[in-house]
Amino acid sequence: MTKDALHRPIDALAVGEVALIAAIDRAGLDPGTAQRLCELGFDEGVDVEILHRAPFGGDPLAVRVGNMVVALRRDMARLIEVEP
Amino acid sequence: MNAPVSITRQPVVALVGNPNAGKTSLFNALTGSRQKVGNYPGVTVERKAGRLALPDGRSAELIDLPGTYSLTPRSPDEAVTRDAIFGRIAGERPLDAIVAVVDATNLRNHLRFVLELKALGLPLVVALNMIDLAKRDGIGIDSARLGALLDLPVVETVAVRRRGLEALGAALAARIGDTPPALPQERPSDVRALQKQARQLAATVQTNTGSARAWSQRIDAVVLHPLAGPLLLAAILFFIFQAVFSWAEAPMGWIEAGVAALQAELAAALPEGWFLSLLNDGVLAGVGAVVVFLPQILILFLFIITLEQTGYMTRAAFLMDRLMARVGLNGRAFIPLLSSFACAIPGIMATRTIDSPRDRLTTILIAPLMTCSARLPVYAVVIGAFIPARDVGPFGLQGLVLFALYLAGILGALVAAFALRRTVTKGAAPPFLMEMPKYQWPALRDVGLGLYGRATAFLQRAGTIILASTIVLWAMASWPQPPVGGTKPPIEYSLAGKIGAALEPIFAPIGFNKEIVIALVPGMAAREVAVSALGTVYALNDVSEDNAGSLIERLRSAWPLPTALAFLAWFVFAPQCISTLAITRRETASWRWPIFMFSYLFAAAYVAAGITYHLALAAGL
Repeated sequence: MTKDALHRPIDALAVGEVALIAAIDRAGLDPGTAQRLCELGFDEGVDVEILHRAPFGGDPLAVRVGNMVVALRRDMARLIEVEP
Repeated sequence: MNAPVSITRQPVVALVGNPNAGKTSLFNALTGSRQKVGNYPGVTVERKAGRLALPDGRSAELIDLPGTYSLTPRSPDEAVTRDAIFGRIAGERPLDAIVAVVDATNLRNHLRFVLELKALGLPLVVALNMIDLAKRDGIGIDSARLGALLDLPVVETVAVRRRGLEALGAALAARIGDTPPALPQERPSDVRALQKQARQLAATVQTNTGSARAWSQRIDAVVLHPLAGPLLLAAILFFIFQAVFSWAEAPMGWIEAGVAALQAELAAALPEGWFLSLLNDGVLAGVGAVVVFLPQILILFLFIITLEQTGYMTRAAFLMDRLMARVGLNGRAFIPLLSSFACAIPGIMATRTIDSPRDRLTTILIAPLMTCSARLPVYAVVIGAFIPARDVGPFGLQGLVLFALYLAGILGALVAAFALRRTVTKGAAPPFLMEMPKYQWPALRDVGLGLYGRATAFLQRAGTIILASTIVLWAMASWPQPPVGGTKPPIEYSLAGKIGAALEPIFAPIGFNKEIVIALVPGMAAREVAVSALGTVYALNDVSEDNAGSLIERLRSAWPLPTALAFLAWFVFAPQCISTLAITRRETASWRWPIFMFSYLFAAAYVAAGITYHLALAAGL
């Protein structure tokens, strides 16, 4: 996977900022989780937005992906990169 | 009943779909109260089936399969759905048709699963559910076009309003033949390709994308607010606990009165003897002692089911995830643990939705540390006897002690989870991924049927496991009978009494006397039975509401304060009742875990009681 210097992980998005998924580091996930991530709608080219960060440290995140809202932890959010 | 002669078998139809697609609402709407809830063999996943009348006069068996995102399972629930579709469950007939339930407000994600199901080649009907919510959100869907593109019948439904049910039945009837279709073959599917295809399909048939989830986002702005969110959750939990105890008081009184009346009837109708004792002291006293918790369990589940249906529970899990992560669990463990405050049995059963086996096992093992309602009578008697009823600031001391005992259980559970996740259930923390569905009004019918299911499941257990174990313990506490002229309470001559006496040296270091140890033996049936057992040991014939006062008097004179405090500490961790061990054995499919659970809780209770006893002694109490 080529890391584009301009890509940011979704974790770095501000709440309410909409961006398109540029790359997902599937190698950093076990295959089952990578598949579930895809089933929940995470895929290159899909629009994402951080809706909420949980209290007490901002972990996990509530991320809107397409029409779905998914809760995930920051360590996984770092594997999903968005276009600048 | 009056099926055409040519048809000799009842076709099987399964509802399949993503979680939150409204599958269960559709199932309830299609089958009404004609449902049967059971279990799949070997696994502990609920099997819900009902009769579906087809418009052509035939009737089909409708099965509500657990919600799943794909045919690649990640939890025991999801594996059942896959196995049912591929005809791999022993005793289950192969499917004749599938209804793919799709949430119209989330077309592009749900259509991917439809495409995966379509590839199976089974007769398939798509229920485009919650079409009203899609319209409300301004999403327009050309369902005729969707049907044409998918080459499948697509029926618009609103399950909670019973709309589209006839059209769905007609579409099904047209697809169900007289002979069952061939079993589908499992072949790998490319999720990403299907996902892309689904997105394109959704974009084509959606005439208007609308402002989806506008409402949900507005509610979430409050519910997930960094400050307001946790406060709201705490307020909701406080209200639920308050309601569980205060609303249940009256019905619990009725059940107790009913059992007492029944016992009096029997005592009047039958001659004195072992048979009467079996019925009154064994069956009625034992099962009554458990059934009396039905009101509390129903009230707790009324809240849990309602909150689940509105979509709030996943928000609670979201808010709790951070805390859970610290001890190696995830937010999903929150709901089973909350249920365990009523009773560990439904709590342990609710762990089935946790996808990681290690997380699930850890949650099962700590569930008994949540103070279940069966411990309350024990706490109430001992606190009443030993904790003075004076005020500390604005609070009563007795209430504070009770609160501290609940808190000790929760902290104990967190410590236990932390330790377990580093030892017996060691392994990488599983990723936390959870869909947060849109908010919905709960449907009365779905809440009612859900509660009915919980109540019957609980009563069935009370009628089987608990009945059997209370009879065994009654026999142990009744035989051998005291010799003629025996002066000690009869229980001391019995097997339970002898076991208690034999175990006494083990418990002496933590301040327990022989009477306590004897009472702990029947207390294994259900914790609150320890109270009536103490009554028996202290030669009070019957410890009910009216003479609980006399037991309190008796304990006050018989126990030193350190012993009483040690007894309370013991019950925070108390090795759980036989029913909990039995359900753990069923849910983990081995004896290993219930034995482990018993051992570690016994050790924790022993240590906690010992520390309490010796600290209290050292403090000169």
